[in-house]
Amino acid sequence: MALSSKTKAVLLGPLSKNNPIIVQVLGICSALAVTSKLEPSLVMAIAVTIVTAFANMIISLLRKSIPNRIRIIVQLVVVASLVTIVSEVLKAYSYDVNKQLSVFVGLIVTNCILMGRLEAFALGNGPWPSFLDGIGNGLGYGWILVVVGFFRELLGSGTLMNFQVIPDALYEMGYENNGLMVLAPMALLLVGCIIWIHRANNKELQEKTN
Amino acid sequence: MNRENSGYTIIYAAVMVIIVALGLSFTHQVLNEKQTANVNIDKMQQILRSLNIDASTDEAQAQYDALVKNAYLVDNKGTKIEGTEGTTPNDPAFSTELGSDDLQGLPVYEAQVGETKVYVLPMRGAGLWGPIWGYLAVEADGSTVYGSEFGHASETPGLGAEIVEPAFRSQFSGKELIKENEFRSIAVVKPGQRVASRDYVDGISGGTITSKGVDAMLLNSIGDYEKFLMNLHAAQQ
Repeated sequence: MALSSKTKAVLLGPLSKNNPIIVQVLGICSALAVTSKLEPSLVMAIAVTIVTAFANMIISLLRKSIPNRIRIIVQLVVVASLVTIVSEVLKAYSYDVNKQLSVFVGLIVTNCILMGRLEAFALGNGPWPSFLDGIGNGLGYGWILVVVGFFRELLGSGTLMNFQVIPDALYEMGYENNGLMVLAPMALLLVGCIIWIHRANNKELQEKTN
Repeated sequence: MNRENSGYTIIYAAVMVIIVALGLSFTHQVLNEKQTANVNIDKMQQILRSLNIDASTDEAQAQYDALVKNAYLVDNKGTKIEGTEGTTPNDPAFSTELGSDDLQGLPVYEAQVGETKVYVLPMRGAGLWGPIWGYLAVEADGSTVYGSEFGHASETPGLGAEIVEPAFRSQFSGKELIKENEFRSIAVVKPGQRVASRDYVDGISGGTITSKGVDAMLLNSIGDYEKFLMNLHAAQQ
């Protein structure tokens, strides 16, 4: 399927130059909270991608009929129902992960990325570009979560997806898991490191200093 | 069509809410059965952990069926309430939630682990940020603890939340609830402290309030079973 350059920009822009977390600094709260293990990070990434994509598409379909005065309320209702459905499905098919994510599935409703995309994109564009924009932003959010989750689980618990990857021999030689990695502050530092590397590679993102 | 018209706005909101409500209740109905099954499996895993068995989600049901021989409710005199026996999720022992308003009796699970007969008793209490709960497995003398399991809703990771870890839980095994024919529970104390006249375990450093919560939970929830345990204790002597 050939994508025009505009759709490509809509889909791929949020992965790097327009990334919701590391450029726009949105959705940090959940990014810090759920990334202590790789598995919840992955599930959260998928959940947010699905919700953003479908919320974008639904709002885009409704955009010509929504009364302007209750615009935000309509957006919230759509997002909240999608989140409730995701949460119900998780409870039914992935109970353990749902326990780990606890309140954060519900809090997808308040994820700034969602309302931001609905207001900024879905209200002014057709359903298909809006859907792609949602996928793009969800993935842009998701890959940061997965990277942070990867390093936090590897260094904090010595496991990946709950499988031990650091060999016992290393522990016998005196290696210890870094307990700090499990706590939220280290996620902030890791996100900071990613922003640092990203800006170093994208000079146009750097603020001008006087 | 005028989108700023109040009548249009009201009808729009009403129709939207009805559609959404129908959609959500439909989803809930469809998935309800599976969700309840998950909750039940989770409860079985907790009971099994109190018996020092770490069962995976797939094995939990089979392990539970193999080990838990009987379950029933007891009244406040410690006698079994007739007609409440049964171990399946639909039976009163399994479906009774401690702390609910219409509590018929206190649930007891009887398990047979090898040669040992073990009574598993549920507990419920308050931690620092939210509810804590657990299961205490007591041997047939009504006093010696066989194993324990704790859960929490929202204790601090790395501090209070450590109560779920085997390092904390395993301390309870072998401790005695009854001393000199009197129910004394088990104290949770600051690491390094000691308590005369009752058995104790070390609390979590930095998780003082959660540790105190566990201490109170043992005293209150297991205290409710005092008559039941004393009856068992008396029968053994």
